[in-house]
Amino acid sequence: MFELFGTPLSSRLLLGTAQYPSPAILADAVKASGTSVVTVSLRREMAGGRAGEKFWSLIRSLGTRILPNTAGCHSVKEAVITAKMAREVFGTSWIKLEVIGNHDTLQPDVFGLVEAARILCEDGFAVFPYTTDDVVVAERLLAAGCKVLMPWCAPIGSALGPVNSTALRSMRGHFPGIPLIVDAGLGRPSHAVTVMELGFDAVLLNTAVAKAADPVGMARAFGKAVDAGREAFGSGMLEPREVAVPSTPTFGRAVFS
Amino acid sequence: MKLTVNGEAHEVAATTLAELLAALDYEGDWLATAVNSDLVHKAHRAEFQLSDGDWIEILSPMQGG
Repeated sequence: MFELFGTPLSSRLLLGTAQYPSPAILADAVKASGTSVVTVSLRREMAGGRAGEKFWSLIRSLGTRILPNTAGCHSVKEAVITAKMAREVFGTSWIKLEVIGNHDTLQPDVFGLVEAARILCEDGFAVFPYTTDDVVVAERLLAAGCKVLMPWCAPIGSALGPVNSTALRSMRGHFPGIPLIVDAGLGRPSHAVTVMELGFDAVLLNTAVAKAADPVGMARAFGKAVDAGREAFGSGMLEPREVAVPSTPTFGRAVFS
Repeated sequence: MKLTVNGEAHEVAATTLAELLAALDYEGDWLATAVNSDLVHKAHRAEFQLSDGDWIEILSPMQGG
């Protein structure tokens, strides 16, 4: 059974909750995907407003684990206080740590990320750091106390899929015992299959499902893709060959003429 | 007392964070509060004394990726 921080999870797909056409479609997509972890966020509440209550009530009804994020934070200070506020509201020490370094690419500020990760790990948080595919940064995150790594495979929301499979493969090789979750950049179920076949432990995605023409169907497709990729990884795939090899036995073949 | 609440200026009679939330019609157990970038736990709001010029953030759950 797949586990994160000692918690058994029935699915290797973590799903975001943003950008769905409606709350009902979000709920149906979560169910169709089979996910057992959804990501959520925090924003300013209007005076007298109850938007947060409605959303929180919906999320609790799904029965999944909650992974709050620090999306939109551009400094260590912002990320740390947001994480603490998320722990207060959501009642979990799990935190998807984002410290954004570039407005255009939404690339993580890996220097701030390591600093924020150290502060939060020391404070008892289970930190899921949104990082790049840089092995040295990953080592610093582990040294800061992280037990899980979440490298991007392409910029957030880009749907490009794994643009540097070599780096992802290298990461897998460097950290054989660390849960690695590809977070950000996946656009199609085939992308999820690819990274799962590389041996990644799970994927986290949002836009590819939420912005699909049929989010519920796409959620189901991603759920199957993640399972297929994982099973393939564990089943010993053939290496590509440059020559054709007949699959039907040639022994006993009839000869006519 | 002049305060900034979620980026907007307010002039209030409230002296504690709990009184401020009530005065501005914030209610519910799904809110998180910070004063001057420090978390103020729900259990401490009633005793937390506000000061002129404080910067208060009141957050609630929303969709996220």
